[in-house]
Amino acid sequence: MLHIVACIKQVPDTKIIKMNPKTNTMDRASAPAILNPYDAHAVEEAVRIKKKYGGIVSVLTMGPPPAVKAIKKCIEIGADEGYMISDRRFAGADTLATSYALTKALDKIQKIRPVDLILCGKMTIDGDTGQVGPGIARRLDIPPLTSVKKVEAVHQEEGHIIVHRKIEDGHEVIQSTLPCLLSVEKEINEVPYSSFPNMIKAARYDPVIWSVDDLEDVDIKQLGLKGSPTIVAKVWAPPKPEGGKMLEGSPDDQVDQILSVILEKKELFQAKGGS
Amino acid sequence: MSERFDCIVVGAGPAGIACAYELAKGGAKVVLIERGEYPGSKNVMGGVLYRQMMEDVIPGFYKEAPLERPIVEQRFMMMDKESAVTFGYKGMEWGKEPYNNFTVLRAKFDQWFASKAVEQGALLINETVVTECIVEEGRVVGVQTDRPDGEVYADVVVLADGVNSLLAKSLGFHKEYRPDEVALATMEILKLDKKIIEDRFNLEPNQGCTIELFGDATNGILGTGFLYTNKDSLSIGVGTLLSGLIKHKIRPYELLEYVKNHPMIRPYLQGSEQQEYLAHLIPEGGYKSMGKVVGNGVIVVGDAAQLVNAIHREGSNLAMTSGRIAAETILLAMQAGDFSEALLDRYRVKLMNSFVGQDMKKYKDSTHHFDKFPQYFDQYIPMMNRAASQMFTVDGKSKWEKQKKIWKDIGSPREKIKIARDAYRAWKVMK
Repeated sequence: MLHIVACIKQVPDTKIIKMNPKTNTMDRASAPAILNPYDAHAVEEAVRIKKKYGGIVSVLTMGPPPAVKAIKKCIEIGADEGYMISDRRFAGADTLATSYALTKALDKIQKIRPVDLILCGKMTIDGDTGQVGPGIARRLDIPPLTSVKKVEAVHQEEGHIIVHRKIEDGHEVIQSTLPCLLSVEKEINEVPYSSFPNMIKAARYDPVIWSVDDLEDVDIKQLGLKGSPTIVAKVWAPPKPEGGKMLEGSPDDQVDQILSVILEKKELFQAKGGS
Repeated sequence: MSERFDCIVVGAGPAGIACAYELAKGGAKVVLIERGEYPGSKNVMGGVLYRQMMEDVIPGFYKEAPLERPIVEQRFMMMDKESAVTFGYKGMEWGKEPYNNFTVLRAKFDQWFASKAVEQGALLINETVVTECIVEEGRVVGVQTDRPDGEVYADVVVLADGVNSLLAKSLGFHKEYRPDEVALATMEILKLDKKIIEDRFNLEPNQGCTIELFGDATNGILGTGFLYTNKDSLSIGVGTLLSGLIKHKIRPYELLEYVKNHPMIRPYLQGSEQQEYLAHLIPEGGYKSMGKVVGNGVIVVGDAAQLVNAIHREGSNLAMTSGRIAAETILLAMQAGDFSEALLDRYRVKLMNSFVGQDMKKYKDSTHHFDKFPQYFDQYIPMMNRAASQMFTVDGKSKWEKQKKIWKDIGSPREKIKIARDAYRAWKVMK
């Protein structure tokens, strides 16, 4: 039976979040914690694959105890099982340490039920790196397929999958061996309004929670802040764009005006065009 | 078909949560359905939580609930344009256990209260709207939600869906409320440093003050305003009958701005920063506006049953009590295996015999009376202010002279009789 694992994260809703003007860091208390929107698409895709080919969908997250809420959200979407690794020793992890910890948890999940396919969202809205998915694939030594916008077919027996990857000027159709890892684009699907029975199931659901000690062969040095070579040197809020200028007059006048603006600032346009 | 429950509670406010809590505690299989993102996300009240009725549900709740400040002082301001006659009471006995009442922020408090119901075993489902009751052969057997496969069945449905209770209305329990049966309250939560609040309101840490505002607070429209202290914010708001807003053609936020800029109020708010803006309808029709509260397989509680004492700004406590009594009745019905209107009617009887029903009856005419005779607010309060001003201004005139002038300024003998009659009438509707 196909076993799909979606890796998810609970993030502060960055649409609402306020920045602390003094430290330039996010004031996490100012925004509700939500399931990373890209991850919702990953879970939804996993559920769709399950519906089509049969199987089981698990979700995996690393986070503090309140992140259980994000797992419950995935159960609402239709996931069957939820696993969470939660331990102070995981705290402060960058993408390197996060992918290490998640890989250790995936090793443990593999022992419960072999994993055929791992799905991740394109990136998180609080980190914006998109590195954890490929990081996991590298550590597990399976193919990472990024920017996936469509899953064409999953052939478990033959051991391969066909997906569409978004590229700059279109898309490419790729066949990969299973198991592999997909990180999915937002447009891969629409997450529908969850059914009432799923809501009930989620309300009752208690995920499996593991601490560092529950995982095997863990090198503590590679966890959390200690295992994170990334240094945040400076954080600042981007300057607000200045209000534009409204051109007035007849169409001909306006064309003349815009032309003179372009000529005046031509180096700006050249830089953007790359020529 | 979806799974069956003993009871479905629609709406996670004080009434619904209290009901679900008691039901789950009593061993019933109960699902609590809330339309908001979480309980409290859509719930609004000025902010006073009464200790007693909450303790009837969870004894000693104040040791762990997210409360703002225990209220040690209640002030009442009779406001004119540029003056106010204020009286109040402050007592240290309210500042220690078991306390009298507290200021709360509903978004925090309701979430906590609901989590207690979940601990008891209630199943909480958020972000789900109940669109209608499922009625079969004259009895409510479940509800339809707006989700796929959204029907749920139960022996009893408790409607705690708030002031407009579209569900009770669609069952024919009440008609569309008139604009003089509901008040519209708008309020803001203003962030202000804890220390400044304590200095400004003469409080120690973990002490709170409430100020009720009458008269010019609502710019002459029948209604009241309020200013409450939270931990590090103030809640300020105004509530007026919808009919008053319509009659005076004034927008609710204009009224709120008016009171915020009132010279008696503005200094309290100085330097604060707007954090939240909230508005909600309050059922203020009282006893006479109450519809049917019991049917076959269905009970109505809280605001949905119009359980508000507008004169004493009480509502959440009535709601909790009604939810608790509903749960007791349902547990009884479960034992008897009888969910008919005849049995569930014990809820109504018990409710009406409790303080809830007694107070609803006591004040059955009050809101209507003050609505009908606006002079209490737009004439007598200014009169009171003028009298106080004259009496307390030291200008060389004897106090005898001052009293005479105040007496004369009240008006002709006929007007004095009218005031006496109004005073008697007011006493009659409040007694």
